[in-house]
Amino acid sequence: MGMDFRQARWLVEELLGAYADCIDNDRLEEWPDFFTESCVYKIIPWENVSRNLAVGWILCDTRGMLQDRVVAYRTANLYAPHRYRHLVGAVRIVSCADEVIEARANYLIVRTALDTVRYGTSEIYSAGEYQDRVVVEKGRAKFAEKIVVADTARVDTLLVTPI
Amino acid sequence: MAESSRISWPKSEGVRRVPYGVFTDPAVYAREQQRLFGGRAWNYVALDAELPNPGDFKATFIADTPVIVCRNRAGELNAMVNRCAHRGALVCREPHGNRAALQCVYHQWTYDLKGNLTGVPFRKGLEGKGGYPAGFNPAEHSLRRLNLATYRSLVFASFSDEVEPIEEYLGDQIRPWIDRVFNRPVKILGYARQFIHANWKLYVENVKDPYHASLLHLFHATFNIYRANQGGGCLVDPKGRTSIIRAWRRSEQDDRDVEGVAPRTHQKGYQLTDPSILESRKEFKVELTNSINHIFPCVVVQQIQNTLATRHILPKGPDSFELLFTFFGYQDDDAEMDRLRLKHANFVGPAGYISMEDGYATELVQQAILRGEGDSSYVELGGDMEEEDENLNTEAAIRSFWKYYRCVMEI
Repeated sequence: MGMDFRQARWLVEELLGAYADCIDNDRLEEWPDFFTESCVYKIIPWENVSRNLAVGWILCDTRGMLQDRVVAYRTANLYAPHRYRHLVGAVRIVSCADEVIEARANYLIVRTALDTVRYGTSEIYSAGEYQDRVVVEKGRAKFAEKIVVADTARVDTLLVTPI
Repeated sequence: MAESSRISWPKSEGVRRVPYGVFTDPAVYAREQQRLFGGRAWNYVALDAELPNPGDFKATFIADTPVIVCRNRAGELNAMVNRCAHRGALVCREPHGNRAALQCVYHQWTYDLKGNLTGVPFRKGLEGKGGYPAGFNPAEHSLRRLNLATYRSLVFASFSDEVEPIEEYLGDQIRPWIDRVFNRPVKILGYARQFIHANWKLYVENVKDPYHASLLHLFHATFNIYRANQGGGCLVDPKGRTSIIRAWRRSEQDDRDVEGVAPRTHQKGYQLTDPSILESRKEFKVELTNSINHIFPCVVVQQIQNTLATRHILPKGPDSFELLFTFFGYQDDDAEMDRLRLKHANFVGPAGYISMEDGYATELVQQAILRGEGDSSYVELGGDMEEEDENLNTEAAIRSFWKYYRCVMEI
């Protein structure tokens, strides 16, 4: 199946919308399914990218590592309860060939506190860019690679919910 | 301490109690600037590998004071207050960079890389009018220089001329452990920053507190890869300025359950889907799984598996601080070691499996102690011992910190 840019854009926008919906509505158990088995998911501050430094905040190089993040999120890690609202936009299709789409999109996350001290307070938590490689696997678009480059280098308290 | 009469250390218990006011009182914070950070302390400012070339600078902070560290043309490191000698503007505005000279943008006063004033626009005025008086001596208007010391890859600065040599400051007990990590030239792998809404000393307590390791950080317990009876201990220097918490594997003993461990840490049934994160490579003569080394006042040198980092605690007022992780490896690391260090970075930093809770825990304290100045925390674990303790159920290192803190602050 050949894919033109318009189809690619539609596919990526649908994927990004479903991805944000999954995280924002706390269905994290479904989150690893947005990725291929041998995916790369990395969150790295722009500060490091711009200085050619490789360390990120989260680096998963298999879907299994994403599943482990979810178990840790539910069971191990402790953090102030909160919810996210992703605003994803300005999708750019960089290339589209051999069933592989390279895409960029901007994201903004507004985090709303649900702890007793700051309940209901919304703040811009992170701004940045998604650098995605999307493939179609069994009829479903998935991230073979998702590099989250966060402009927001100074993380407010901690990062536990995926971006 | 007249301006903060609210702080009173319980006389009989001493450092086994910590009055909450020390974490909230603006007068205590102000006094720390002068007596502690501005006193006889070696303040961590950089790793030398951040400034490899002449002209490289880093603009950082010693508590509230903006500071420049830079390498001059002769290859020497210098530290100055980042404040123009003219009208007080910030000279270096970016966190790092490379400059032939340091120039303030406000009126273009220019300094060399040692902080000497070398250029003043319109010094003699224009067409005989204005300008500085005849007696104007540029040598009297340098950037304020700080003393600088390096110990292996660590770079420190001090406002004090009386501070002891860095080797002595680090202490004979702890220095070998610093040597263990900084045993050869390092390379920078990246940065991570967290902004924590809590007093900086709550984080110092955290890195001197082995008690919380298996109780707050449930990652290992959840995935059945950690037992509270693993080997470990803490070591402090007699003055209380530096400490190290070490943990090591105790072979089969690790695989047995321990009685008396809180049920929360006994979460059965989970296994890592991808256990590759646990693969590590031996690289030290003394193998430790974790090594958390605090150097007074504001830096931690950490090794967790194969991830190495400094954690620079940057106070931002009485009730917040920035935590800056500088990840590093060795210049002779091979590609496989590079890969391991990046992977193990998952354990630490803002999203670290076994570190994300630390900042959060300090916030929980800060949120609860507001208006609790008359109350104090209870720091009795492990009894009165304030030096070496070969177990992890002790708050000895915390007490030793407060002992030194009280001495410096005279409170």
